[in-house]
Amino acid sequence: MSAPDRIRLRLYVAGPSPRSTRTIESVRRLCEGPLAGACDLEIVDLYQQPGLAGRDGVVAAPTLLRLSPLPARRVAGDLTDAHRVLGTLGLADPGSVAAASLQVAQQQQQQDPAPGLGGPDVA
Amino acid sequence: MTQPPAPFGVAPASRSALPKAATGIEGFDAVTFGGLPAGRPSLVCGAAGCGKTLFATTFLVNGATRYGEPGVFMSFEERAEDLVANVASLGYDLDGLIAGGQLAIDHVRVERSEIEETGEYDLEGLFIRLGFAVDSIGAKRIVLDTIETLFSGFTDEAVLRAELRRLFGWIKERGLTAIITGERGAGQLTRQGLEEYVSDCVVLLDNRVEDQITTRRLRVVKYRGSAHGTNEYPFLIDAEGISVLPVTSAELDYPVSEGVVATGIAGLDAMLGAGGFYRGSGILISGEAGTGKTMICASLIEAACARGERCMAFVFEESGEQIVRNARSIGLDLARHVESGLLRYEAARPSLFGLEMHLARMQRDIDRFRPDLVVVDPLSSLRGPDAELQATVLRMADLLKSRGITAVFTSLREDGELGRDGDIGVSSLMDAWIKLLNVEANGERSRTLYVIKARGMRHSNQVREFVMSENGLHLVDAYIGPAGVLTGTARVVREAEEAAQALRRQQENRRRQREAERRRRSLERQIDELRASLEAVGEEEAILLDEDERRETLLASERRDRAARRGGEG
Repeated sequence: MSAPDRIRLRLYVAGPSPRSTRTIESVRRLCEGPLAGACDLEIVDLYQQPGLAGRDGVVAAPTLLRLSPLPARRVAGDLTDAHRVLGTLGLADPGSVAAASLQVAQQQQQQDPAPGLGGPDVA
Repeated sequence: MTQPPAPFGVAPASRSALPKAATGIEGFDAVTFGGLPAGRPSLVCGAAGCGKTLFATTFLVNGATRYGEPGVFMSFEERAEDLVANVASLGYDLDGLIAGGQLAIDHVRVERSEIEETGEYDLEGLFIRLGFAVDSIGAKRIVLDTIETLFSGFTDEAVLRAELRRLFGWIKERGLTAIITGERGAGQLTRQGLEEYVSDCVVLLDNRVEDQITTRRLRVVKYRGSAHGTNEYPFLIDAEGISVLPVTSAELDYPVSEGVVATGIAGLDAMLGAGGFYRGSGILISGEAGTGKTMICASLIEAACARGERCMAFVFEESGEQIVRNARSIGLDLARHVESGLLRYEAARPSLFGLEMHLARMQRDIDRFRPDLVVVDPLSSLRGPDAELQATVLRMADLLKSRGITAVFTSLREDGELGRDGDIGVSSLMDAWIKLLNVEANGERSRTLYVIKARGMRHSNQVREFVMSENGLHLVDAYIGPAGVLTGTARVVREAEEAAQALRRQQENRRRQREAERRRRSLERQIDELRASLEAVGEEEAILLDEDERRETLLASERRDRAARRGGEG
């Protein structure tokens, strides 16, 4: 188990398609940008490990799964809209990951648009 | 498990090149001439609660256990453990099949609240999961139940539709026999119009309530490249699983039997020219309440069981035990046949099912029990719209005839008809019709019986009185006089009168005989007297004759003496 305040992300992609490449780049940018130092990213190629898809309930590809903090959340799509991705994952405030996890714990449905983030980080 | 005969006279599927995968669902394989199209997706649709999931599960379980084809169940609604629990009551051991590598269940949870969408995606994850499950057990069959749930989890309908099309293509490519279930939608077969994508075979399940009675029905809407039964067929879901019951044969080319079955009532056998009813014929016994219909049936059953034949009785107004007990009062021990397994009573209230379901249940029970004699007691308690009732009775008669089963129907209606207006011609469907009539006269009631018709044999046209006693049923000749039929005491009185008359006639006869004898004797006496006087006259004649001769002789000798004397002198 990693530390509870770490963000654990798992990205499922289906093979080396342009969409997969694009998605991996989007997530990398997030982890190196707004979430720098606070997240662990794992990338899974569904073709290589098909058994994991069932275990993690993956239907769409690509899917980004937030394993921690709990509860798990899923985002389907190529994640080009970083702003929305962060909002959806409940990680809109990168300054305080602990606060994010607290927020999530307090209110399951995080609807905060979090304007503090500086502009969408689009490629 | 035995398959009922195909519902049509033709045998179409034999030439068809379309390979089929048997579902093992009783009746369904007969309706579709072999099952679902092998290696292709089929759509099974219907409203909530009409048995789609059960149909699909049965398809997989039978595939795994009977046809050696492992299967994958991809459930979008129920969790695997719920699924396992739901079908455990039908005797399906899904856990065992999973452990044996013959079945895989994958629960795909699709919740819109748990999935956000940003940007482009496809359902490759689903394909991979399905492919993984299929490969892990070498599946030949898959079930997607209910894939339309995806539409509630994902918003991008264009993507979903494209992906579904791709999925069905993928299924065909992999050569998987698939059942895709779909919830019935307004104005179309499924909510999302899945029938557009699955064009090979579409099966519609229906659960209709009419007059508070539910009937499950199944219809093959289309089946590309294959003949199929087009009717709506009732199907049953009970402890023995799912069975479709194609009761449609409306042909008249039955094998006809020449054999005769005795009725167990000696007098009745004697009334029928052949000594009983033809085997495989339909017999109607009509009569009001209390005329003895059920007991005549009991006699028939007893006779059949005693010959070692199997009997099945569908009773709608009494329980089997009750009939067995009542039959004991006329000296019939049916309990021993029930125990030996030759006799089975199937009791159900008429209102328990719709007509169709009654018929369907009967067919299933008959095909499993394989009886030689079937009793439906009473037919007239089945209620329903006239048209449906007539069709039901017709098909019931056909069902039994086509299997060569002797069938006995009872009817409370004296005219032997059914329906509110009595325009449902039941009696004309039957080969033999026995009418029971209670005759009330002189303050008493007696049971009478007559054979109205018995196709193909001479039969007595007499009304007979029949008596129930602890020794069984016996027929007595009824007295038919100028004033009508006399039965009971009136008959006994009349019979006594006749006996007295006969005695009188006999005495008169004897008197006349004696007189004649006397006259003959007196004549004979007279003859004797005359003969005696005749003899006396004869004797007298002889004496007179004798005297004459002697005188003549004397005269002659005198003449000689005289002549001699003259000669000597002269």
